[in-house]
Amino acid sequence: MSKYLVNKFLYTIDRDHDLTERYRDDPAGTVTWWEQEMAGRILNCITAETTTWLSFTDDERTALATHDHVALFELGAHPFLALTLWIAMFERDFTEPLGMQLDYAEKLAHVRMPYPDIST
Amino acid sequence: MADLVAVLATTHHPFYYRTSQLPPDQAPPFAAEWISKIATYRETLTRARPDVLVMVGSDHFHQLWLDNMPQFLVGKAPMYDANWENEVREFGMPKLLLRGDEELSAYMLRQGLDKGFDLAFSNELRIDHSITCPILTVRPDADLPIVPIYTNIFAPPLPQPERFVQLGRTIREIIESWPSHLRVAVIGSGHLSLELGGPRQFGPTGPDPEFDARAVEWISNGDIDGVLGNVTLDSLHAPGNATHGFMDFMLMMGVAGYQKADHADSLSLFHTMEAYFTWYPNPHLIDAPSSLTTPGGRA
Repeated sequence: MSKYLVNKFLYTIDRDHDLTERYRDDPAGTVTWWEQEMAGRILNCITAETTTWLSFTDDERTALATHDHVALFELGAHPFLALTLWIAMFERDFTEPLGMQLDYAEKLAHVRMPYPDIST
Repeated sequence: MADLVAVLATTHHPFYYRTSQLPPDQAPPFAAEWISKIATYRETLTRARPDVLVMVGSDHFHQLWLDNMPQFLVGKAPMYDANWENEVREFGMPKLLLRGDEELSAYMLRQGLDKGFDLAFSNELRIDHSITCPILTVRPDADLPIVPIYTNIFAPPLPQPERFVQLGRTIREIIESWPSHLRVAVIGSGHLSLELGGPRQFGPTGPDPEFDARAVEWISNGDIDGVLGNVTLDSLHAPGNATHGFMDFMLMMGVAGYQKADHADSLSLFHTMEAYFTWYPNPHLIDAPSSLTTPGGRA
């Protein structure tokens, strides 16, 4: 498990308008590029200080590459980070107020307590 | 010594600002009551005539991140930029610039460290809607200097609920021992039951109205023992997956002490129950209510 890295992906994509659009349009390509080029970047350090050991598991990579927010929830990704990024990418596709958020919840309706552990 | 003139504990609903800006014919049906309750609540701060605001909130993965996550952090800077791009994008919140009170920040840090809290600090902090929502509701002119205090209610492992109450008590002790002539208000924001990114999010009410009703009773009665006897890190998962934000209310109960709130009000909305509380630790320092104060709360 590398919940930390999944969260780092969600966090860094959400805070950059261009990356948010790129991930919406090309999820698989964005995940591949990000894991190769960005995953090891410590956020306030130069590239010479890149972390050498971080990578996604296959399940995490697939969930991110297919925009599968249900799988991300089940893998223990931080729900706030996933929701915030999904609102940025997909709220525009719904006409009703909160339509996207309610659809997002409905897709998780099968989930029972306790929810997956989000500790990193 | 400084005067602690008011203690406010409030939910922070990032949709309030945009809702309050809508023309009446475009506003949702609950807007008028919400705006009225906020106006009443704002008056409870105005009556206290504060000079400086200690603002308790929690960064939502904006500046504080998992590679270096403090549990409790005090801002110490002359100015604070406020609100983030994704808050502008998602909530329509305005960018703000707030003054800081570095002297009180320094005193808070020194005294907090000496009283058993190993507080982190930041000299360049962009604050987020956990602090700007209450600024926009109870002090929309944003004209007073602040001392921001961030808690971690978001990224486990979290401090225990008792620790939030203890920090609240300590913040009060520090303010009351601050060698200053200024009038200080402490304003903290958190949540009652809340779900974000899970199956119970954005329902017609908060995810657990029963918890919300109990929480309002604990807070309005100053029932610190009751809340500590019923709330644990584990139990807070049940009312909703973001309910650990309730611990910021517990911190504010620690500031207020075993005292009934002088103003207690709530409003059930889609998604959450809103709740607004004010205590006056020194009632003789408070102005009489103006005509704005209506019988909405228990003022």
